[in-house]
Amino acid sequence: MELIPHDTRFDFIGKKKYTLWISAIAILISFGSIFLHGGLRYGVDFAGGLVAEIKFSKPTDVSGVRSATEAIGLKDAVVQKFGGENEFLIRVEKSSSDLEAVSKSIQTSLQEQFKGNPLEIRRIELVGPKVGRDLKEKAMWAVGLAFLAILVYVAFRFHEFAYGLGGIVALFHDIVVTFGVVSLFNIEFSLNVLAVILTIIGFSINDTIVIFDRVRENIKKMRKEDLVTIFNVSINETLGRTILTTGTVMMVVLILFFFAGDVIHDFTIALIVGLITGTYSTVYIASPVVLLWEQNISGRKK
Amino acid sequence: MLKTLRWKIILYAAITVFAILLLLPTFTSQLPPWFMKIIPTDKIHKGLDLQGGMYLLLTVEGEKAVESYVEQIKNNLKDDLKERGIPVGKLETEKPDRIVLEFSGAKEKVDNLLSQRFTMLRELSPSSGAGGIWKTQLVLDSKETEYVKKRAIDQALEIIRNRVDQFGVSEPEITLQGTDRILVQLPGIQDPQRAINLIGQTALLEFKLVDEEGNIDEALKGNIPPGDVILYQRSVDSQTGAVRKIPFLLKEKTLMTGEFIKDARVSLDSQFHEPYVSMEFTDIGAKLFEQITGANVKKRLAIILDNNVYSAPEIRERIAGGRAQITGRFSTEEANDLAVVLRSGALPAPVKILEQRTVGPSLGQDSIHKGIVSMLISAALVVLFMIVYYKFAGVIADVALVLNIILTLAALAIFRATLTLPGIAGLVLSVGMAVDANILIHERIKEELRFGKTVRAAIDQGYHRAFSAIIDSNLTTLISGIILYQFGTGPVKGFAVTLSIGILANIFTAVYITRVIFDYVSLRPGVKTLSI
Repeated sequence: MELIPHDTRFDFIGKKKYTLWISAIAILISFGSIFLHGGLRYGVDFAGGLVAEIKFSKPTDVSGVRSATEAIGLKDAVVQKFGGENEFLIRVEKSSSDLEAVSKSIQTSLQEQFKGNPLEIRRIELVGPKVGRDLKEKAMWAVGLAFLAILVYVAFRFHEFAYGLGGIVALFHDIVVTFGVVSLFNIEFSLNVLAVILTIIGFSINDTIVIFDRVRENIKKMRKEDLVTIFNVSINETLGRTILTTGTVMMVVLILFFFAGDVIHDFTIALIVGLITGTYSTVYIASPVVLLWEQNISGRKK
Repeated sequence: MLKTLRWKIILYAAITVFAILLLLPTFTSQLPPWFMKIIPTDKIHKGLDLQGGMYLLLTVEGEKAVESYVEQIKNNLKDDLKERGIPVGKLETEKPDRIVLEFSGAKEKVDNLLSQRFTMLRELSPSSGAGGIWKTQLVLDSKETEYVKKRAIDQALEIIRNRVDQFGVSEPEITLQGTDRILVQLPGIQDPQRAINLIGQTALLEFKLVDEEGNIDEALKGNIPPGDVILYQRSVDSQTGAVRKIPFLLKEKTLMTGEFIKDARVSLDSQFHEPYVSMEFTDIGAKLFEQITGANVKKRLAIILDNNVYSAPEIRERIAGGRAQITGRFSTEEANDLAVVLRSGALPAPVKILEQRTVGPSLGQDSIHKGIVSMLISAALVVLFMIVYYKFAGVIADVALVLNIILTLAALAIFRATLTLPGIAGLVLSVGMAVDANILIHERIKEELRFGKTVRAAIDQGYHRAFSAIIDSNLTTLISGIILYQFGTGPVKGFAVTLSIGILANIFTAVYITRVIFDYVSLRPGVKTLSI
């Protein structure tokens, strides 16, 4: 079976003047959204605070739960329906005061408010502000160092700094766009979303390297052609693989989206976006960066 | 060629069988005892997000331990100065690690005392003022400060371990994180609040005398007699739930603490059938208690736990035998927990909860169930897709995928790593890359076949050409996985572990295992076509 005819010769690189605009607009929207939302909406994991997921045994509505939190003077608590019937999520952000005490008083207030309706606390997360800061800082360091290592490794394996740079610029692009979507959909930036970002980095660099690898091979074979042609040919030759792999992974993510429940809904939205941009960025970010560098900076005009 | 191929097949089959054996304990608990003796693995540990339970990150307030240590030194210094007849004007502690001393008379005497008995103090800026009065500041040596903090953490770790052991949780994990944090993980716990109370309670038991001469009403207005403190007895009305606070005016000096407790048990009051906690002191404690009670007959002795007065009975006579009781309106559970904390001793400093995550057992079950269902559906679709698209070669790829997952899980089992939700994300990424590796190889083989190469040559070239892309992409991901593991915290680590192991398994299964199968199939005589 052959999904993509093997003699496909589509001028991918030639479209870069349009796609550059697409990327620029996407990045602009991403930053704009993040800016307008006043930064990312950090979840309790990073901002510090408290999340409680509760399940009542009999039907009730949000306002009842809200009045229970208001009764103990928590004005900034967010109450929302979550998951199945009779399940609610209570979120108290920042709260530098004693979270432990807040958690206790929420529980007693709820039990009082709903005397004839036993409730189960399905999950409580309570993160002190210092821990949240620590988590954020460490995650940023880890990702930053991973980027550096990727840059060095790719530059070393491809004997050319430009390839490492291209890969990293593409990664930045993917992360910015994913953050943009996270911000646009008002998804909370939690540890799960961080896991998604890490996964996207993995897929994006994988995709980039596969195409760079073909370029590396074709440079030896097609000594007379210029680099733009070599990139175009390489992208076309690997197109079948690109679509098959991305398609397979996308299928898995879509199944997770529909079947794996509310808990990882946000997680999968971010993953779908990251997957698309990760594939796109290899062709339209990583490759043009290498071409630009080679043509203008390293001076090899071949 | 065929001979080395045979050896390869035997080797790979052996690895596969070994991995499956390692995984058996995870999937069934009904294994014969001799089997468990041979196989070094246990079940794969599920993280608390998957099985429910409580995750607690505590910090020990080391400064408080230093403060109380300095306070203790000050008291000793006071006694020593008095003993030597040195007139003292002022002797106070200043937070966090200073003692301010004013005295008159011979400086040498004090210097002597300090250098003999208080080597842990350093003297700052002594100055003599008018009338032969010396002012000086004594600071706790920084090495000593560090030592006190470290000891506080070590003790706290030990005590918390002790308490959790007596609480009865299966497979608790209590570890030191960094220099001043304690991580407590309690899987499958039913009553998180009770566990928090038990672990977090400082449980400092003190005996202080009630100041019988002092006027409590005056003291409440702010005129506390020197050397006294006000502490409260909290009593909760069981009917209305209202909290009453009864003030007590006490002598500040602590006569005895809970460090002399040998044992503490719950007993039942024979008259009211109310539980109370009876304590037994060590020999030294018993003597001390006898002395204290003997010297203070007809006075009231307050029993104080973490600055709450529990009771203040009158001492009727000297109490020998080293026993005392704490009464209060306890439920059996409360009395039981109190006995546990008294037995395991007081924390050297208060602990603060930095992070708490509790997942109810039902939610953990739910996420596992939904996770498994969607994983199975997607696995089935991927497997099916590979067969539809690549026919027989797809079957080979599927074998590699399944093997990849088996090897990764087996490695998790043998390294006793914990499988968490982010860990599953890492596994999914590595499986995605395994699919990719197979697709890369197959597309390459197809390409070579299109050029008119023979099956043997196409397989050879296909693997050879795809190898660099697979190795480079996998190694890049592996390198970032290792860095994430090194520098990341909890969830990032969980992701990195499964990803890194998955990548290693991937290189092995996608490149070497599939190759052996391809070779085996194509080396048979008369093979002209490849189903790919």
